[in-house]
Amino acid sequence: MELNARLPSGPIEQRWDRCRFEMKLVAPANRRKYTILVVGTGLAGASASASLGELGYNVRTFCFQDSPRRAHSIAAQGGINAAKNYQNDGDSVFRLFYDTLKGGDFRARESNVYRLAQISLNIIDQCVAQGVPFAREYGGTLANRSFGGALVSRTFYARGQTGQQLLLGAYQAMMRQVAAGRVTLFPRTEMLDLIVVDGRARGIVTRNLVTGEITAHLGDAVVLASGGYGNVFYLATYAKGSNCTAIWRSYKRGAGFANPCFTQIHPTCIPVTGDYQSKLTLMSESLRNDGRIWVPKKPGDKRPPNEIPEEERDYYLERMYPSYGNLAPRDIASRAAKRVCDEGRGVGETGLGVYLDFSDAIRRLGRKVIEERYGNLFEMYQRITGEDPYTVPMRIYPATHYTMGGLWVDYHLMSTIPGLFVAGEANFSDHGANRLGASALMQGLADGYFIIPYTVGDYLAGTKLDKVSEDHPACREAIDNVRCITKRLLSIKGKRTVDSFHRELGRILWEYCGMSRNATGLKTALARIPELREEFWRNVNVLGTNEEFNQCLEKAGRVADFLELAELMCLDALERNESCGGHFREEYQTPDGEALRDDANYAHVAVWEYQGEGRRPLRHTEPLTFEYVLPTVRSYK
Amino acid sequence: MRIVLYIWRQPHRDAPGRMVRYEVAKVNPDMSFLEMLDVLNEELMNRGEDPVAFDHDCREGICGSCGFMINGVAHGPLPGTTVCQLHMRHFRDGDVLYLEPWRARAFPVIKDLVVDRSAFDRIIAAGGYISVNTGSAPDGNAILIPKEIAERAMDAAACIGCGACVAACPNASASLFVGAKIAHLGLLPQGQPERYRRALNMVAQMTQEGFGSCTNIGACEAVCPKNIKLEVIARMNRDFLVASWRARREARVEGFG
Repeated sequence: MELNARLPSGPIEQRWDRCRFEMKLVAPANRRKYTILVVGTGLAGASASASLGELGYNVRTFCFQDSPRRAHSIAAQGGINAAKNYQNDGDSVFRLFYDTLKGGDFRARESNVYRLAQISLNIIDQCVAQGVPFAREYGGTLANRSFGGALVSRTFYARGQTGQQLLLGAYQAMMRQVAAGRVTLFPRTEMLDLIVVDGRARGIVTRNLVTGEITAHLGDAVVLASGGYGNVFYLATYAKGSNCTAIWRSYKRGAGFANPCFTQIHPTCIPVTGDYQSKLTLMSESLRNDGRIWVPKKPGDKRPPNEIPEEERDYYLERMYPSYGNLAPRDIASRAAKRVCDEGRGVGETGLGVYLDFSDAIRRLGRKVIEERYGNLFEMYQRITGEDPYTVPMRIYPATHYTMGGLWVDYHLMSTIPGLFVAGEANFSDHGANRLGASALMQGLADGYFIIPYTVGDYLAGTKLDKVSEDHPACREAIDNVRCITKRLLSIKGKRTVDSFHRELGRILWEYCGMSRNATGLKTALARIPELREEFWRNVNVLGTNEEFNQCLEKAGRVADFLELAELMCLDALERNESCGGHFREEYQTPDGEALRDDANYAHVAVWEYQGEGRRPLRHTEPLTFEYVLPTVRSYK
Repeated sequence: MRIVLYIWRQPHRDAPGRMVRYEVAKVNPDMSFLEMLDVLNEELMNRGEDPVAFDHDCREGICGSCGFMINGVAHGPLPGTTVCQLHMRHFRDGDVLYLEPWRARAFPVIKDLVVDRSAFDRIIAAGGYISVNTGSAPDGNAILIPKEIAERAMDAAACIGCGACVAACPNASASLFVGAKIAHLGLLPQGQPERYRRALNMVAQMTQEGFGSCTNIGACEAVCPKNIKLEVIARMNRDFLVASWRARREARVEGFG
């Protein structure tokens, strides 16, 4: 596997400009002759579809939801970063670049992150023009708030529904292209395989989720924007339908998978209450602007929070990280929460929780201001827990929230399979080993609006593609493969439900490949996951037929892929003998329990190449070099 | 808690459906309504029976996937709440609940509680956007928007497109959904150039999809999980009237020209 990242050279400020200038262009009249398949309609997929449609390409866009507007970007709450420096607090493109690179613990490419920071400026402009109702000051200018890992106020927001509003903006732009006939939508349609012809991505195989029809869609390039794979943990803040199938099956067709073990555990989620729990709900990081996190100083202190006097509380983030305090980055805040709970100081019935307390902020600013800032989040909390966060502190605990790993892409967002582009959370590119808050929306839209439209054009203009028809052997083979998997799942007729396997897999991963990992645990997981997978293929119970609306079958296919991906995650975590960002190996820590990076041996991207069923995948590396920000110990003290 | 459910079962679009009785014995009050259905479905699958199909995704009340009638009320008894955020602590031991899909000609049933809401997408495609190509935007702060206007636009933009308004309306009108988008975009300065054309096209599409007309009953507002206000419909009607009048005048002028 050749890993040519195609990184531009020269001064970092000019790299993206130069790269764009050097790109080949497709003449406007020729664009409609090209068909581009886009999988997924979240921020990256919808914005890419809209922009490619506007340019005149023939776009076909697929999503498994009943409407493209429901993709899980919709659930992002807090905000989107941009280096506008509207607050005059010292922000700049370089500072956003620096914060993001450092926040990712120096495991991302400088060139990519700099480009992201540059494009952040255009994103806000574009979204405002589309009518995204961002929060405003009384004078009519855009409002900002602070997010973790930054000392400037650069996060733009629309109440606690920023993801929803940005997604609706992109969705509406895409629907405009649907009306113009340039984008064709395929909702309730799931991608189940990638068609590779002569080494190039030329199409996908889909299943119509209403009729069960299996179809090959052919085109000149494929853009995967299918999101992250955090649902591998079963309990996560993802939507129930979020899955890894599109990227996993592309991996099995030859796309390299980068840093699969880099997963983000978000510190502020509503704690688990029982076995029936189907998902975890995030409480936006923006709450840490005004909420203070604490646990009792004494282990096992079961008094209600309001009866614990001030001097017996440990505001541990403020104590451990005085300069960032409650706004320490996510990986650090999550680990700190785990640590205090491991010490027996956790709160709530299960002891797996910490308080997020607004009483100081309410005293200081008044209830009305807090209501204005976080009203909908407080309501959501109350609805789920039955407790009133205005009077009783919230209880929160970390949960899986995002995956920094994903398919490897070069600077053009193209995977190791030519013609297969990957955008948004589905790729690995910009967040290194830990993503900062309000950066996911930024990356999704940067990829979709401002990178993919150029780089796909460059690929098409520079590549001669022969016509492919549905009777091409590669096409028929992919369709057969999908039919075969479906048939196999339906014929097992075992005793256990799909969810029971998924839950068990989630427990294994959370225990051994979650917030902290060690070699012994990872080896245990690497022994248990194949056993569970073997039982799945022998004993899973998938009811019904293929030729109908069958939610059980949909889920079974996705869990089958999670059962394979989980193993790769553990393998990657075991091979990376250092701690960085969200990947915390207990063997590698400083005396005071912070992550200990090993830049001499691991300043690289690990890229895995599939070798066939039952064979160990190959690990390749792409070295990371730093010219502008030299890796230092990442301190938030 | 023990809950008795009568659920609409319909194998596919063209098959007849019927209510079927189920019982869920061990309901935990902290469960969400959908988690209770998960438990029921696990039991059904373990008995080899077809699980109940229902749409759901984010389970945080924002994606708009979920929704069905509980005892005749869209999204159930708790105001301003989708079924995925409705918890069982709001019900009592022994409650009998009737679950039905959204009923509207424009929302055909796909299976059980799942309906086809693609008509909403087609209404948005008819004009629910501001026409601005990627790359052509001025600086974000070049357009000043008073805070109150931004807040009102946001109130309307909060619509999640779940379809509860249609299901609750005796006329199966989609006016709250359409009005919300017209209000969101029409309140903002960026939305002015296409304001009237948008109203005409979206209302025309709504009618063409087979949704009924609004007769100011207000059932939609009562069940809306995002508390979208009836005033958005008034705004839609106003914009539509102005647009129709302008369109007639323009046609007359052209006729004389």
